[in-house]
Amino acid sequence: MNVPDDLKYAETHEWIRIDGDTGTVGITDHAQNELTDIVYVDPPKVGAAVTAGQPAAVVESVKAASDIYSPVDGEVIEVNESLSAEPALVNTSPYENGWLYKVRLSNPSQLDALKSPDDYRAQIG
Amino acid sequence: MESPRRTVLFAQQKALGARCINFGGWEMPVQFTSIIDEHQAVRTSCGVFDISHMGEVFVSGPRAFDWLQRMLANDLAKCPVAGGQYTFLLNDRGGVIDDLIVYRMAEDNFLLLVNAAKIGEDVAWLRKHAVDGATIDDRSDTMSALAVQGPEAPRVFREVFQCEMPARNTFVALEKCRGAVIAAGTGYTGETGFELFFSNTLAGDVWAAVLKAGAKPCGLGARDTLRLEMCYPLNGSDLSPDRTPLEAGLGIFVALDKPDFIGREALLAQKHSGVPSKLVALRMTEKGPPPRAHYPVLVNGQEVGETTSGALSPSLNEGIAMAYLPPALATPGQAVQIDIRGRHFAAVVEKKPFYRPSSARAA
Repeated sequence: MNVPDDLKYAETHEWIRIDGDTGTVGITDHAQNELTDIVYVDPPKVGAAVTAGQPAAVVESVKAASDIYSPVDGEVIEVNESLSAEPALVNTSPYENGWLYKVRLSNPSQLDALKSPDDYRAQIG
Repeated sequence: MESPRRTVLFAQQKALGARCINFGGWEMPVQFTSIIDEHQAVRTSCGVFDISHMGEVFVSGPRAFDWLQRMLANDLAKCPVAGGQYTFLLNDRGGVIDDLIVYRMAEDNFLLLVNAAKIGEDVAWLRKHAVDGATIDDRSDTMSALAVQGPEAPRVFREVFQCEMPARNTFVALEKCRGAVIAAGTGYTGETGFELFFSNTLAGDVWAAVLKAGAKPCGLGARDTLRLEMCYPLNGSDLSPDRTPLEAGLGIFVALDKPDFIGREALLAQKHSGVPSKLVALRMTEKGPPPRAHYPVLVNGQEVGETTSGALSPSLNEGIAMAYLPPALATPGQAVQIDIRGRHFAAVVEKKPFYRPSSARAA
């Protein structure tokens, strides 16, 4: 499974890419592979407050709806509109075109609690 | 919690990449590669499902026929030797204990193919009502079963058995790998196909032979979307002890003209007074999340029922579901809304089934 070196990871299989005070959030290659056949993405609303460890979005595969947990606290500033027409981007491009939402971090120190690529690789074995 | 049971094919399926879930107390493959791919394989070529978790209960003896006529809701007299029939075990209230296929092995010998999660309850119910002259023999633990389904199934059958596939709702007794195999023209996908029942000792060889002939391994995920497109009910979801076959729209499988069977009085009364609700097919007419079981169904903002099953239909690429609605709302064309996480999405009552397979033979 692909685990890029430039990201931070949550134990619940989300990744975050940091750029200044904003972060881009998605689910990992491992997570999309476990879910397979993603057919619908329910993103958060722009402007919504998200909380670390709390559900922020729902990703639906053919077989189940899965909560996606925000890795950090913050305000949603953008969602990936292309997923409404093409939810399978989460499967085909989990770290690039399949991102879920962008968040303005309200507590950047929370990033320290997330996993490094090596720790996440160890977690998924 | 009891640890889940596994079929004898578990290791072979794991080796093929099966991802497993707990289903009715069994650890079963939900998919091998992708539910959508497996679904399409059955609709366009051929797929094979391990259905060894299902129960095989034999009933035989001089009183087997008369007794089963009383235990089962459909008319067993219309099931000839070498035939199969969809039927129900009902409780005294006419509610569904289980839906099953009965195969008539001989005049006085029957095989009941029952749902995995209901084996214990079905056998206990049968034993509770047992009579001399009808022997109940539960062989679920020693028998395995495969369902091979899809337009290419007849070719797969010829390749495996060197003879023609049995016609729909009939079966033949064959020999394969030096063992006895019951091969029936039945299934749960709407496509043409067959189901095989045999001793656990043959399972590995029969599974390998079917794969070699070109059937794609499929899991319960595709089995569920395939059956839902056909509006075939799943017991425990669409059927329950509190719902009758009349409510489920399955009255044609209930022989109210039989003199007596368990549940008959309740069904006659319900037929007289009218059913309190009807199981309908719902198709989402607006883009939204796939419907799933236990979502509220509304009309003009008022909750009128809830979904019993739901999925994104891989064939139609639309959300489909079933739900019990008041009879006045159970008419094709009725507009409803499905509540998904607090948002309401438009849907419509559809004529059953959602999908008409190209390979289906006349029933």
